[in-house]
This record gives sequence, structure tokens and C-alpha cells, in this order.
Amino acid sequence: MLLKELIKTDFKLRYQGSVLGYLWAILRPMLMFAILYVVFARILRFGSEIPHYPVYLLTGTVMWSFFTECCGQGIQSVVFRGDLLRKISFPKWIVVVSNTATAVINLLINIVVVIIFALINGVQPMLSWLLVPVIIIELYALALGISFLLGAINVRYRDVGSIWDVLMQAMFYAVPIIYPISMVADTSPFMAKVLLLNPIAQCIQDMRYTLITHETITSWNYIGNHLIQLIPIAIVVVVSIVASFYFRKKSPRFAEEV
Amino acid sequence: MSKDIAISVSHVSKSFRLPTERSWGLKQAIFNRLRGIKGFKEQRVLRDINLEVERGEFVGIVGRNGSGKSTLLKILAGVYTPEKGSVQINGKLVPFIELGVGFNPELSGRENVYLNGALLGFSNKEVDKMYNEIVEFAELEEFMDQKLKNYSSGMQVRLAFSVAIRARGDILVLDEVLAVGDEAFQRKCFNYFENLKQQKQTVVLVTHSMEHVQRFCDKAIMIENGRVVCSGNPIEVANKYSKSNALSDEEEKPNIKMSVSAKLKRENGKLTINSKIKPQAPLKDLALVFVILRNGSQITYRWASRQDCPEITKKLKKGESFSVELSLDDIFPDGNYVFQIRAVDANTGAKIASFNNVADFSVTPRDQQWAEDAFWKISTEAKLSD
Repeated sequence: MLLKELIKTDFKLRYQGSVLGYLWAILRPMLMFAILYVVFARILRFGSEIPHYPVYLLTGTVMWSFFTECCGQGIQSVVFRGDLLRKISFPKWIVVVSNTATAVINLLINIVVVIIFALINGVQPMLSWLLVPVIIIELYALALGISFLLGAINVRYRDVGSIWDVLMQAMFYAVPIIYPISMVADTSPFMAKVLLLNPIAQCIQDMRYTLITHETITSWNYIGNHLIQLIPIAIVVVVSIVASFYFRKKSPRFAEEV
Repeated sequence: MSKDIAISVSHVSKSFRLPTERSWGLKQAIFNRLRGIKGFKEQRVLRDINLEVERGEFVGIVGRNGSGKSTLLKILAGVYTPEKGSVQINGKLVPFIELGVGFNPELSGRENVYLNGALLGFSNKEVDKMYNEIVEFAELEEFMDQKLKNYSSGMQVRLAFSVAIRARGDILVLDEVLAVGDEAFQRKCFNYFENLKQQKQTVVLVTHSMEHVQRFCDKAIMIENGRVVCSGNPIEVANKYSKSNALSDEEEKPNIKMSVSAKLKRENGKLTINSKIKPQAPLKDLALVFVILRNGSQITYRWASRQDCPEITKKLKKGESFSVELSLDDIFPDGNYVFQIRAVDANTGAKIASFNNVADFSVTPRDQQWAEDAFWKISTEAKLSD
């Protein structure tokens, strides 16, 4: 109930006072996509061998901007809602979830946009599209885990937010968003495998695989060892478990420390 | 017989870590670690607090700034967790540590009511039920669809307070929220408190106003330095609080060498107050004023020796002990009363000293023999004796 109310207000307030309103939820990743598309696909000529490369690129940016938005909001959530926490008692996790919910809503809208784009581009509807929610859940679980963990630490050490920003800048290049992973695989197959162990990369590649073309390199078809294949999933699980324990331990003192 | 306990606080202690140097941030934390500084000071805010509130009781918590009463309230509200001890709450507790928690200036009045309600733990349906009453109480019917930022500050407070007051819970916890709005709205609030009291709503109220404590509370506790220093009868607690304030504010008593005491008797429709005055030295040009205050501040009765009994000035001049017996019609409406003796300059009437709380009594509705249209003048018979 409270969660619903908070999400509602958050979403309502996000784009208030702007002429285009909710449209920005779609416009932002689209514009980012436009820039990347012009720079990388047109000028630098990346990914000419990949079918439907523009949609491929769009999927990556949509997933990536979801992840950054989600973590960014989540990490700041406890501090951001400090005034509430100091005055009223309610389950603290609500704060984190409600703050990330807008990102989820945006992602869902954007996925619809991606699908429309894909259809326009001539991608045939596939049965594997049904797996899309599973991938979203995995990425959201990772983002939530990071939000809970770093959000709790952020109460005490405000540096976390800045460190995370820098980390994400670096991560942007470590994840095959703008460049196709095949480019890395051509020069160093080992490097490509390492990159695919990153759960974010794994999710993005899986998304491209299920949504656009089965020619996509994923951790499942590129890494031979079944145990190593599971590492991205394991990372998500471990982060989630550690985060939930840490958050639960720290949350009773949020009210006084925030 | 087992009592119906609404709130039970037993042996609760709480301390805060106050950062000594700025220790937010990683850099400071590492520096402090290296230098062997803990980076915080342990401040004990509450020590071994015990409090029991029965269902239907109106309990006041008083204490000076920084005594820990707000912390106690936050513990009751579940915002802070106690370090030691336990808190048990039976029923739905609605806390108002601050008015308008979560109010957002960009939302309309209506949306804010729902958001605020949700924060207080009410479902949408429950807020639906309260909504009309809230708006009506706040007198903001035509403004509910406006954004909160277009409200005047008074309107915002009124809306917040109305949510607070209309929110139906088993236990209400209020922190210094009484003095809001214009006079008419304040009066409305006080009437509402009276209603709460009559409906036997369980209320915990933190306040600085001794008038409110005496007027509304069935029981009060006073907190000083995180300890309960006094609990029980609201009049006693209020007196003690006033004294503890007076001691540090102004030293009133020493400049006059006189001791007073009084005995009160109520029978046969008469209230008899027998006061003993003992000057310890001859006191020149002094007159006495006998005052009865209702609920801490309203003067309901005043008898001045300057006009009514000049004898007293002479006796004081001689330094003689004497006693004054005032016999009044006992037509006081219900409330808590204190009897006060003030020493004034016999010529100018300027106040020199006052002896507060010489005696007190209370009138409950049951023994009230007073009608609305009673002629409100108390006839006094004064007897002076040595």
C-alpha cells in the first residue's frame, strides 16, 4: 500500500513541469541511442556484419540505462528519503524498492519500444521472446542487490555514490553495448569470455539473443565449461544474499545515522 | 485484576553516537582509524525509562529541551530501536512526531492526504473513509485539488494536523503539535482533545505547555537528562516542571524572607483555604494577593489584601506570623486548580515575589454543582487570626 503510493508519487513527480512529460521516459534512451548510432554505426562502422544492428544497439542502451538509473536511484534512496525514515517507522526496504520502481516502469515501456523497432526492422517474432521477463528479473535482482548493499553503506559513507558513478563510467566500456562482442572475440577469445562473465554483459547479450537474433554470442554458447557459465548467475545470487543480510542488519539504525 | 495496558516501556535505554569530527565519508573514517580516534562520542539520551500507559489514558510527557522526550517518542513510534529494554505496544499506534511527514509541495492536497495516510499505515480504503472528515476539519474544501506549494503555511499545517487528528488508531502519539493555526483553529483542536479525552482515546502527548498537561492529562511524567524524575499526578508534575524551569530562569524566592503554607478544605459548598504566613523579618510596604489558577494559567479567583484587608500590610510590617482563612463558594467548574500567594508592593501593586502551588485541588465533572448560567462571582469571607 505504502509502496504503491510512493511509486505512484515518484513516477508522477519525475517528469512534472516538463512539456513532454512521460514521453521523456522513452525519449531519453532513444536520443542516447541516436547519438551512439550515428557515432558508432554510421561513422565508425561497427557491427556491419550483425543483422539488425540498430535494434541490437538500442537493446543494449535500453538495458544499460535501466541498470544505471536503477542503481543510481537505489543507492541514494535511503539518504534521499532520510526525512521520512527519521520520522516514521515503516519497512525500510520499501524506500529502496519504490525508488527503483520508476526505472523498472521505464524499462518496460522501453522494451515495448524496442520490440516495435525490431518489428519495423524486419525481425520476425520468436518464441524466445517469452524469456525476456526472466532476463529483466535477473538484471533487476542484481540492481536491487547493489542498491540495498551500497544504499546501506551510503548512509554512513557518502562517497559511495561518487565511487559508483566512476565505476559505472568504466563499466560502460567493459560491457558490449556500443561495440559488438564479436569484435573482442576476433582479437582475443579469452577476453571476450571474461567480459561475458559480467552479469550485466550476460543479460544484455541474452536479451539480444532472445529478442533479435540467435547469432548473438552469449555466455551460454561461447563459454564451454558449464560451471563457468553459471558464474554470472552466481554473482547475482551472492550479491543479493549479502545485500539482504547487510541491509537487514543496518536498517534499524538508519533513522539516527541518516 | 489485570489492567488493560496500551503501552508498556520497561527499562529502555538509548544512546547515540555523535560524530566528534566530521566523520561522514570514507576519507575521514580512514584518517580517524589511523589516528586512533573513534570519530564519535557516545551520548546517553535515555536511561532506564519505565512507563506504562493504560488504555484510555491521556498521558503527558514533559521535560526541558534536550531531555530526551522526543527520543522516547520516536522509540514508541518505532523509528528508533531501543538499545536496552523493551517496548510493547498493544493496538495500532499512530505517531505524529512531526506534522505532514512526506508532504510533497508538488502534489495536490488530496494526493498528499493519501500519501500521508499511507505513511501512517492506513490503506487506501481507510483514508477514503476519513477523507471527508479531514478536509472538513481543515476547512480546505475548495483547495484540495491545488498543489500544496500554493497553500499558505497555515493551510499546510492545518491539513497536516487534520490528518493527524482524524487518523483513527488505538493510540495517538503527538509531539508539540498543539500550537498551530489561527485562534479559531486552535480552539477547534482543543475541543477535539477534550473529545478524545471523553471518548477515552489513548493519547501520549509531548508538550511544554503546563496548561495542556493539567487540562488534558490523566497522568504525566517528567524527563530530565534521560531519566524519569517525576511521574503521576499531572498537577504535581507540572509544578515540578515549572519549578525546574524557574530555578534556572529567575530566582524568585530569595528576595523575600517569608514562608507560606496553606490548607484546603471543601465541604458544604464552601471552599476554605487557610493560609499561614510567617515573615522571618519585618517586611515593609508589602501586600498579598491570593490567586486561584485554573488549568495552570487562567485566573479564576483573585483576592488582594491591598483593597480587601489592609491589616495584612501592617502585620507584615511588624514581622508577625498570622493566618488568613478565605472561605469561598465552591462553584468552580471542572478542572485542575492551583492556589498561589503573591507578594506585591503595597503602594504600586507591583509583583515582588510569588509562592506558586501553595495548595491545589481538582474538580471532576461528577462533583460539579455548577450550571452554565451560574452567577460567576465568588463571595469571600476572610478571617484574619494570629
